[in-house]
Amino acid sequence: MDQFLQQMVNGISLGSIYALIALGYTMVYGIIKLINFAHGDVYMIGAYVGFAATTYAQLGFFAAMVISMVSCALLGIIIERIAYKPLRTSTRIAVLITAIGVSLLLEYVMMFFVGAEVKSYPQLLSQKVFNFGAVQINMQQIYIIATAVALMVLLQYIVHRTKTGKAMRAVSIDPDAAQLMGIKVDRTISITFAIGSAFAGAAGVLVGIYYNSINPLMGIMPGLKAFVAAVFGGIGSIPGAMIGGLSIGVLETLVSGYGNSMYRDAAVFAFLIIILILKPTGLLGKNTREKV
Amino acid sequence: MKALTKKNLLILGSILLSFAIVQGLIMAGLLNAFYEITLATICINIILAVSLNLVTGFTGQFSLGHAGFMSIGAYVCAIINMEMRSTSGFLLGIFAGAIAAGLVGILIGIPTLRLKGDYLAIATLGMAEIIRVLFLNMEITNGAAGLSGIPRFTNWPWLCLFTVATVVLINNFLHSSPGRACISIREDEIAAESMGINTTKYKVMAFAIGAFFAGTAGALYSSYFYIIQPGRFDFLKSIDILVIVVLGGLGSMTGSIFAAILLAILTTFLQSFTAVRMIVYAALLVIIMIFRPKGLMGTTEINDLFSRRPFFGKKDERIE
Repeated sequence: MDQFLQQMVNGISLGSIYALIALGYTMVYGIIKLINFAHGDVYMIGAYVGFAATTYAQLGFFAAMVISMVSCALLGIIIERIAYKPLRTSTRIAVLITAIGVSLLLEYVMMFFVGAEVKSYPQLLSQKVFNFGAVQINMQQIYIIATAVALMVLLQYIVHRTKTGKAMRAVSIDPDAAQLMGIKVDRTISITFAIGSAFAGAAGVLVGIYYNSINPLMGIMPGLKAFVAAVFGGIGSIPGAMIGGLSIGVLETLVSGYGNSMYRDAAVFAFLIIILILKPTGLLGKNTREKV
Repeated sequence: MKALTKKNLLILGSILLSFAIVQGLIMAGLLNAFYEITLATICINIILAVSLNLVTGFTGQFSLGHAGFMSIGAYVCAIINMEMRSTSGFLLGIFAGAIAAGLVGILIGIPTLRLKGDYLAIATLGMAEIIRVLFLNMEITNGAAGLSGIPRFTNWPWLCLFTVATVVLINNFLHSSPGRACISIREDEIAAESMGINTTKYKVMAFAIGAFFAGTAGALYSSYFYIIQPGRFDFLKSIDILVIVVLGGLGSMTGSIFAAILLAILTTFLQSFTAVRMIVYAALLVIIMIFRPKGLMGTTEINDLFSRRPFFGKKDERIE
């Protein structure tokens, strides 16, 4: 039982990170129906920006995270403007291939500049460990969960209580009608990319302090898993992404804890395929019928 | 229609001629080992690209898991070949590898091909990852270290034979009734269905044929390069194949062949800068999609360029 609780704690902290990345996927998918494959790499760049801020500029945790979020937001806007905007009217397969291209471009440009080797993150937080019975929670986990919860509350506020959020919801329902109502669609899409990417940047810094190591290809797997999380929760749904992220995190730690950690990634993908077959719209997704 | 038309004889003649020229160069020792490897890569990539094009370009089902099928062919062939170190073992290995990949293709295809577009892409990607993780953990495949010391039977005549056979078979399939059914699914799945085409059946058929030939390519690969590891058949390998298909044009056989040759030459030039190679690949992918989303050849074939039929007069063909 203690071991199970411990696994749950680990799973929830990992899951919070997935949830933060999954939010970016789900928001972008909700608004322009694109699986932004480059999202996992924005998260990788966020981790590197945080690394640079803490190692070279000697900044603290919060400053590093804010810098990382701002730079990722800018990167997200630039990617959208350069790579996706010209393809707004193309087929979805073309945009998907572009997204894969952008993803590879970010990975290998980064590898070209910082090298392929793993870099170790500085210790930003104290190594204090709290004991609740036999369950241990360390400082990093508390920071991860707290940051994730704070950002999700902020996102809910933006989406449901602000004018920008209203515009985002309107564009995701019907871009043409939204435009006719005087909503600046391009600007709204840029803001969506900015928010999603900023969350990925925050997740990057959190992963850096949690696992202590970063490399240019670190974005691929968490990116894919966060996508699985978004699909599980129902792609396009923000609460769905949160639930999905936490579930994938818990599933992954349970498989490593009780089964074989080598099968961790396979379990996540098997889970994805089962969801897609049984309930393709995910837990909270809306069912749409295809019309001719 | 006669099989021995002037056109077919011309094609046969040019294939035999190019085979003889390369074989002559190898026998005369003019082609060093480095170029031979490039040649083998070209042939294997042509098989992979043409088979993926059948699935993605002609049937319109976006698959990101082609490397998974390739790895099945590679492992099955390697295991059989290491037990039976003879040419018959090699051929049996290729056959068994291709059949195994095709069967897995059917097994994977039946549930996943109900999905569309992005979801299918991600499901096939997941399948390929699961296959890779299984190979990484199985006893018989020797885990992450992979299999080494696979006897080398793949040589230029075999490569040429299998490449030509793949291209001819897939081309013939596309000009058959099931092949046209596949193309109609790409054009409009709902319309195809209402015309009485069993879309699931033809999608799975295309997927299985694609997997079969990917398995063949994997088998040739394992027998040529001595060593196979699960890491060589990851997500990036699937992307590599996709880049060839997209560059050549989704729905163009000759486009895939040209792109495979072009990219192999590019890779050879960029051999000493691996990092730059991937940057070039990625940039190429983005630039092609922005400026020429149909790839170099679009859906036209090389003979369309020479025929009197105006190839640019074709209607806008798109996949979704």
